[in-house]
Amino acid sequence: MPKLKVNDIEVEVEDGLTVLQACEKAGAEIPRFCYHEKLSIAGNCRMCLVEMEKSPKPIASCAMPAAEGMNIKTNTPFVEKARKGVMEFLLANHPLDCPVCDQGGECDLQDQSMFYGVDKSRFKENKRAVPEKHMGPLIKTQMTRCIHCTRCVRFATEVAGVSELGAIGRGEDMQITTYLEQSMQSELSANVIDLCPVGALTSKPYVFEARPWELKKTETVDVMDAVGSNVRVDTYDWEVKRVLPLINEDINEEWISDKTRYACDGLSNQRLDTPFIKYNGKFEKASWSEVFKIIKSKFENSSKDKVCGFVGDLTNMETGYIFKEFFDRTLNNNNYDSRSDNRFLDNSERENYIFNSSINGIEDADLIFLIGANPRYEATILNARIRKAFVNNNTKVISLNDSGDLTYPYKNLDGQTQTIKTIFEGSEEISKEIISAIKPMIIIGESLLKLNSAEHLFNLIKNFLKKNNKFTEDWNPLNILSCDAATVGNFDLGILNSEKNLLEELKSNKFEIVYLVGQDNLEFNKKDEFVIYQGSHGDKGAEIADIILPGSAYTEQDGYFTNLEGKIQKAYKASYPPGEAKEDWQIINELAEVMNNRKLFNDKEELESSMFNYIKLQQEKQTTENKVQSISDFMNEKLNIQIKDYYFSNVIARSSKTMIECNNSKLNIKSTGTEG
Amino acid sequence: MLKDQDRIFKNLYNDMGADVKSAQTRGDWVNTSELIAKGRDWIINEVKDSQLRGRGGAGFPTGLKWSFAPKEVGSRPHYLVINADESEPGTCKDRDILRFEPHKLIEGCLIASYAVQAHVCYIYIRGEYFIEGQKLQSAIDEAYEKNLIGKNAAGSGWDLDIYIHYGAGAYICGEETALLESIEGKKGQPRLKPPFPALIGLYGCPTIINNVETIAVVPTILRRGGKWFSSLGREKNTGTKIFCISGNVNNPCNVEEEMNISLKELIEVHAGGVVGGWENLQAVIPGGSSMPLIPKEKCETLTMDFDSLMAEKSGLGTAGVVVINKDQDIIKCMARIARFYKHESCGQCTPCREGSGWMWRMLERMAKGEATKDEVDMLGDVTNQIAGHTICAFGEGSSWPVQGLLRHFKKEIEERNNLDPIVQKKNNIPYLVDQHLLDKKNA
Amino acid sequence: MSLRRPAKNQPEIFEFSSSSMEEANKIVSKYPKGKQQSAVMALLYIAQKQNDNWIPLVAMKCIAKFLDMPYIKVYEVATFYTMYNLSPVGKYFVQVCTTTPCMIRGANKLVEACKEKISDKENELSNDKSCSWMEVECLGACVNAPMMQINDDYYEDLDKEKTVEIFDKILKGEDPKPGSYRGRLNTEPENNRKTLMDEKNA
Ligand SMILES: Cc1cc2nc3c(=O)[nH]c(=O)nc-3n(C[C@H](O)[C@H](O)[C@H](O)COP(=O)(O)O)c2cc1C
Ligand code: SF4
Ligand code: FES
Repeated sequence: MPKLKVNDIEVEVEDGLTVLQACEKAGAEIPRFCYHEKLSIAGNCRMCLVEMEKSPKPIASCAMPAAEGMNIKTNTPFVEKARKGVMEFLLANHPLDCPVCDQGGECDLQDQSMFYGVDKSRFKENKRAVPEKHMGPLIKTQMTRCIHCTRCVRFATEVAGVSELGAIGRGEDMQITTYLEQSMQSELSANVIDLCPVGALTSKPYVFEARPWELKKTETVDVMDAVGSNVRVDTYDWEVKRVLPLINEDINEEWISDKTRYACDGLSNQRLDTPFIKYNGKFEKASWSEVFKIIKSKFENSSKDKVCGFVGDLTNMETGYIFKEFFDRTLNNNNYDSRSDNRFLDNSERENYIFNSSINGIEDADLIFLIGANPRYEATILNARIRKAFVNNNTKVISLNDSGDLTYPYKNLDGQTQTIKTIFEGSEEISKEIISAIKPMIIIGESLLKLNSAEHLFNLIKNFLKKNNKFTEDWNPLNILSCDAATVGNFDLGILNSEKNLLEELKSNKFEIVYLVGQDNLEFNKKDEFVIYQGSHGDKGAEIADIILPGSAYTEQDGYFTNLEGKIQKAYKASYPPGEAKEDWQIINELAEVMNNRKLFNDKEELESSMFNYIKLQQEKQTTENKVQSISDFMNEKLNIQIKDYYFSNVIARSSKTMIECNNSKLNIKSTGTEG
Repeated sequence: MLKDQDRIFKNLYNDMGADVKSAQTRGDWVNTSELIAKGRDWIINEVKDSQLRGRGGAGFPTGLKWSFAPKEVGSRPHYLVINADESEPGTCKDRDILRFEPHKLIEGCLIASYAVQAHVCYIYIRGEYFIEGQKLQSAIDEAYEKNLIGKNAAGSGWDLDIYIHYGAGAYICGEETALLESIEGKKGQPRLKPPFPALIGLYGCPTIINNVETIAVVPTILRRGGKWFSSLGREKNTGTKIFCISGNVNNPCNVEEEMNISLKELIEVHAGGVVGGWENLQAVIPGGSSMPLIPKEKCETLTMDFDSLMAEKSGLGTAGVVVINKDQDIIKCMARIARFYKHESCGQCTPCREGSGWMWRMLERMAKGEATKDEVDMLGDVTNQIAGHTICAFGEGSSWPVQGLLRHFKKEIEERNNLDPIVQKKNNIPYLVDQHLLDKKNA
Repeated sequence: MSLRRPAKNQPEIFEFSSSSMEEANKIVSKYPKGKQQSAVMALLYIAQKQNDNWIPLVAMKCIAKFLDMPYIKVYEVATFYTMYNLSPVGKYFVQVCTTTPCMIRGANKLVEACKEKISDKENELSNDKSCSWMEVECLGACVNAPMMQINDDYYEDLDKEKTVEIFDKILKGEDPKPGSYRGRLNTEPENNRKTLMDEKNA
């Protein structure tokens, strides 16, 4: 732990930290362009120069390891002169087009040029013009503004794991580009927009949409996958203009996936903004009281056990909980489920359905075994963590399947469940590797849980890990990779029916009334069922509906989500639902009132406290039960990883034009074969 | 004048032959194994005693550099890398060693490799020296054939492989860390220091990098003794040095001379004098294009070594002496050098990338007399904003020659460029955006 | 010289010939295992030699695959170093050094000769398509200035007349003799040698 002085303040920093970090610790702010905590050190912008005793030249603080006894000055005329000089060079060829630049108002260069009082460079030559580069549907380039900090290149190579960006040419003709100007083949590509300190890389879908200061900013969580990335939603009036990452070191660090960022235009397309009733195969607008009345009479005219309900993949927990209450208390039945497939789930213990090692834990793991999971598409941000573990610790990754490019090397097996069986019966080389690993991670994807032998395999894996003492005080090697934002929360709320197979009954048309809340993924042939669809988008669920109740998307209501690790987080209301649409919990509460003359809950607060109570009781029960594992049958199956189309995995994404463009740009590359 | 018997490079002009036989008659490869048998410490001490300083430009003491290599070889192998990138304008000495004295270099590689415990040595030759590279390669092949290198090289018990790596037209690859990047198959962009290559160099392994001439003189130093070498020249500036005298002289040439020789002797005796006579001399660039020029007045008494040139705010650099007579437009000469640096900047760090082109453009205008009064000082500011603020010494290399020009020929520039500034603005508007609009209005 | 852009017309395919392949494998073996990327510069030369002295984009791709490195990294290298020609050049590729030491000894006369004999503009093929020329930075033969390089060879101690003679030869398809055109021995001081006299007279 070296001790050094910064502006005469003594600081002690951890080994391996830089002078820049030491300065920050001493409260001295250091301007920077190329330095970024999450990227390797480039030291090329030279903005962070500071004075070091005994060094005649200023030193780049971002690149200099802090060492014992250093005496650093950051506020002397010497330093200021050096930085002003660098600033002048940066501005020399930088266009002064701030009024028309999308970065305006949140540009590091603009901010610092004001701070250093360098208003303008004395550069009188012609400014360099750099041709635009094509970088796909998300990234708009204006390369004349580029200051060659190479953050984008380092991000692509290091974090995203796609070496597609580079700096070609040299000297003042150096240019940042992708290879042959193709779009970046990464689901994290748009993070370079945040990283770019100037307006060289800006958001294409967001171009000229708004100025930062005109936007209302709401800190919330993302629902495009089960990771629960922390985001900031910027709205202008009711429209969501953009989604940006927020730093959460435990979850998304400071990245978000392209889907998280850009599916938001799907929030204003295909929206259900008023109740509808289907007459003779055609939807007609209706009022809330009309539709509630019809629903009430439908419920009253059919027997209780002929009603079933399903909640969907983006539903917040309040909605799920009140839905369950509605069935339990209003309808008096438990024909509800949150699964849209026959996946195996033993919810007697919470560890059976969450990602126990945690996302941070990935960096500690010494062996990662993916079974039936493709994290690149199922949980992009989590995949970036696996890559980080690989880059930093050379963590070994094995996958049962060949999943193509996961952005890190891995060993792939034959994809047969027989292989899982032999491994976890302990007779393989890999079995030994798992046993000898200190912190192994077994990551089980949903695709495995959908197999016929899912129960057998799951218990086999778990027992193997137990037997070999892989569950310890501070490590739980068992991980389920859920794909959807609502999954874990719904399981915590017990929205599932383990007594009967509702899906099979639905498929054989046993029900008269089907109530869907945001559930668009059910596969069944509708016959005479009366389908009530409550949701935000006119998607598959609404198509088969007889009555549509317009609900809200995740940005339009406060609501809790539990991420795949089991962390509960709140999504905040950033705008309001369109037209007549209402918050989802409210619709159910009002429906209950219509039916029984009594609301289920007086207000949201009551709903929330009841919900948390329920969860608490549930979890207490789980820990005491400790069921004995039954051994069910095994049959060899081929495990195919079923990934939903990445850019179309939920209703919001499916309504997003940007996602369609992303999808097309990838297809293009594949079909023209320029990739290989 | 240095006595012929004290010249190390007897085949500098290829009077004899570059093959191993002919080299052996000149004393190369004679009892090499005995030199090595004296041990690492002896070799390094002898080199230290000789006070040999690197011939690549920076003049760093060679023995000291070698002693930075880790004493024990750990899990990572050590490498020796020879810098034969020779791209500094005015310099063409390593070329003659590569083509005419390759065995001095190869033998030096063996001894140096042994001293720093490397089993692999890469020689980085600039791509343009393809023919020279081929000549060196055939000398290497010969040396392998005669078991002078390879397994148990020259019977010394040390194994050494030597490989040539060609550059491809990038002056910056002469900078030692850019050179390492280039060997690793990347763009030649210098690395941040620390860490220094002696600990983390090629492929992350300890690496010692030396210039061709530095290594090629080592066998002779060991044979004749460090004392002999240090008896030539003067304290800390010892031995012999190949000078390249180019430009406006009657007989441009390469010549090996004693360190600390007077500039006048070099020019008058070896290079046949300045074209048009000594009086026609305007200035001399004493050490390759990076070193600030020295005006005629000082040339009279100048002696050529590291420290005396440093005292004149210049440097010995690579000892590439470029003589410029009064028939030349000195501003143009420097503008052309600035163009060289603009062309060769790697583009990695801001001051060099943006500043080198800026200096060149200003100098071009100044050569034509199109610059305003205030720009002369501004040019000085720009050089100061580059030097000392960059990742590698290229920043100094590109700004020093301009500073030299400003130091000694400011009057000439000012006479030619006495235009008044176009906009005489004194108002200082703090906001970038406003400034931009303001300029438009004024225009 | 600005960013060296790849030629507009690019061939569709490129494959290493068997002799190139052999050479490539030999070069890779010079570097430690796993460090085959080091061979990229040499492989670009091989591709350039095989493909009439310029490197098409497909060749970069081919090299990237051969060395198991990202395309963009090969592209970066190919655009960083100036000796890789990214578009076609003449069979006789003339490079005239015009940096200060050559400049003050009359390199501009050599450029004049290029313009008169080969083509008016840099990087443009001569009428018979066999030659092209360009100005380059210091070639490291300053003592023999002014000088130029044609393909691999250096032509030194030139003046305009001699340059024109050389060009006449190459335009006829002959290979002129490289080296000093004043008949001196390499870098010795012409007619003024004071050193190594025994060697000279040996
Ligand atoms: C921009 C730049 C270019 C350089 N070019 C060369 C060169 O062409 N040849 C060389 O030997 N050293 C060159 N050097 C110096 C090397 O970095 C390094 O100091 C030298 O190779 C060390 O060898 P020495 O100690 O034997 O001199 C250059 C340095 C800089 C900053
Ligand atoms: S595009 Fe932006 S992030 Fe990339 S190098 Fe240029 S300024 Fe930096
Ligand atoms: S932040 Fe240190 S050089 Fe860019």
